[in-house]
Amino acid sequence: MGITTGPPAGPASGVRQALRRGRAGSRVGTRAARTAPRVGPDGRRRRRVELTPYLFLLVPVGLLVTFTYVPVMNMVGYSFTDWNGISKDRDVVGLANYARIFGGPEYFEVFFVSLYYFAASFVQMGLALYFATVLSFSTRFRNLFKGILFFPYLINGVAIGFTFLYFFRPGGTLDTTLAALGLEALTTQWLGNPDVINVSLAGTSVWRYTGLNFVLFLGAIQSINPHLYEAAELDGANRWDQFRWIILPSIKPVVTLSFILAVSGSLAVFEIPYVMTGGANGSETFVIQTIGLAFEMRPRRVGLASAMAVVLLLFVLLITWIQRKVVPDEKVNLT
Amino acid sequence: MRKRTVALAAAATTLLAACGGDDGGQQAGADGEIAGDITVLTNRTDIVDTVFADYKAAFEEEHPDVTVTFEAITDYEGEVTTRMSTADYGDVLLIPNTIAPADLPDFFEPLGPVDELAETYRFVRGEQAYDGQSYGIAITGNVQGIVYNKTVWEEAGVTEIPTSPDEFLDALGAIADATDAVPLYTNYADGWPLTQWEGHRGTISADPEAANLLAETDSPWAEGEEHFVIDSLLFDAVAAGLTEPDPITTNWEESKGMLGRGEVASMVLGSWAITQMRDAADDPDDIGYMPFPHQVDGTFHSTAGGDYKNGINVNSDNKAAARAWLDWFADESGYATDQGGLSPRLDGPTPDTLADFEELGVEYVELAPAEPGAESLVNDIDAEAEIGLWNPDYRQRIVDAARGASGETKEQVFDDLNARWAEARAAVVGT
Repeated sequence: MGITTGPPAGPASGVRQALRRGRAGSRVGTRAARTAPRVGPDGRRRRRVELTPYLFLLVPVGLLVTFTYVPVMNMVGYSFTDWNGISKDRDVVGLANYARIFGGPEYFEVFFVSLYYFAASFVQMGLALYFATVLSFSTRFRNLFKGILFFPYLINGVAIGFTFLYFFRPGGTLDTTLAALGLEALTTQWLGNPDVINVSLAGTSVWRYTGLNFVLFLGAIQSINPHLYEAAELDGANRWDQFRWIILPSIKPVVTLSFILAVSGSLAVFEIPYVMTGGANGSETFVIQTIGLAFEMRPRRVGLASAMAVVLLLFVLLITWIQRKVVPDEKVNLT
Repeated sequence: MRKRTVALAAAATTLLAACGGDDGGQQAGADGEIAGDITVLTNRTDIVDTVFADYKAAFEEEHPDVTVTFEAITDYEGEVTTRMSTADYGDVLLIPNTIAPADLPDFFEPLGPVDELAETYRFVRGEQAYDGQSYGIAITGNVQGIVYNKTVWEEAGVTEIPTSPDEFLDALGAIADATDAVPLYTNYADGWPLTQWEGHRGTISADPEAANLLAETDSPWAEGEEHFVIDSLLFDAVAAGLTEPDPITTNWEESKGMLGRGEVASMVLGSWAITQMRDAADDPDDIGYMPFPHQVDGTFHSTAGGDYKNGINVNSDNKAAARAWLDWFADESGYATDQGGLSPRLDGPTPDTLADFEELGVEYVELAPAEPGAESLVNDIDAEAEIGLWNPDYRQRIVDAARGASGETKEQVFDDLNARWAEARAAVVGT
């Protein structure tokens, strides 16, 4: 029974007593709710007790509704209008904005750019997994390396954009480094060459986000029971076998999560290309295109941009749903 | 002199109050008294504590009952347009460029009939006016042209100002051969400097109706049309390799020093840029200003237009004081001349930055307003076509095509632009 595990009632101030009563009461209450008439305290008390979890939820849900659901609802509303973002009046145009988006290929061509980032996310996960595995075993300067790998994720995206702008410019850090290594032949206009620009930008993205993946993987790997390695070693498993049959299966949920984030992330790439090129030279992504319509067109086309944002949201939801179907959540069980 | 202007301002205020009375909407402050606190929004974060502080002192001396507070905003357009969904956007503010003419009455106080204000001020006819009422007075005026480094151009042996795009390209070629300078710097990466090319509407045809005529043509990029001439010059210069080698990594702030040091020979920018370029140059006299290389009947032309316009918040509590500041800023502050721009007043002085233009006998073209009801036609067609004449993307595409990065030819780009314009025009005008 809940009450017996509660703290023993001793001489305490009224407030504390009240608190305790409340706490004890809540245990009684929840149990009472489950096994209906067995405890059966008076009705008033029961009601207050049932409200407690909802009171705790009130603040986070309130914030979520205010800053996420209401704006999204507004956005969906705008997407059926021709609003310019400023005007006090707007006309409802029905599905015209959606018809326009799905009417031609030009709005979707930009998704081609997302493929670069999607491919890059595999490189990113591979690198992160590699480093996480290596650093999960006892390695010299382990914490230093952890810090170095995670550091880029802590830097503001705009700062990263500017740093890499100097890194990639002709005669910049990358060119100088290549020249020092005698590899001048490889230099190109890293951002000026339309065949290379998206690779450069995706590379920047890998540099930035590898640290996050790394920390997620490392955390998962470190939660593996070390006895398993010992047992595996006794059975003659080498490091690769340990990785393949112990580490990978144990962290599968985290890998799946990273994969979902990678897909939706690559559809919604924004910060790095926007800061570095503003979407010029074939680096425009869907979100940059949306921003352009919403804020840079004169007059602005907030209605159309909202419709595009809704389309993107639906895409991400759809892909996540498909993924959940194809790769269902499994319980990890190594024993 | 000062007294007279005060009287004028007072008269104007009374007039305004009277106008309000006619509409039955008497709300011009407490009896139109010039008193109270006003907040002035500005984009000049760089001089708000220096030059503007002096303005405040001078103004408050004239109007002791008024207290002026400035609010300098870095991302002016973005922040102010967001704030405009509330009533709290200052008393006097620069009207954001993204406000459609039809929306002006909802947000700004009318300053008076356009015809009346046009007797005193420039740039009130075509800009920030709706339904015969004017909503803003320009803080300064700009003409369009090309800033260049005189020393570099002379080193390359170019002494005559080019009068045609071909001559201009030849001159750029000579600069490329004779010097290490980048002949023409596009500032592609920052984007907005490319929109300066659009300011040459009217320069090519020398026709005040140039902007309005866009709504009447299906092919603004047909040979000989303004946009054809402007964009061809950009395309040809880039295609001939006369611009910066890697456009994606250009940097606006750096470009000023580069022009001053002679690492860049020329840039297409409005006259507002001249002072900034001079400030960044070792020798300010190196910086010259030439008109767009095109002549009509042997004369250069340059489109003159207002910069940001000061307007009054329709929700202001102290409209009389706000109006007094607005008038004082236009008439007495000397801001336009100090900043090297054309005065908003018709009788204002010519700034020394435009001495080069005076010498060449450049004629200024002030674009005419659209017919009532057609004020937003060109913008609507532009938005429907998603070309974005004032957007960097459109000219970035031309640069990309010209440097062979996108695989499009000039004809393909212009044909596509024409097709989209025609289709959008049919959609907008047809409805």
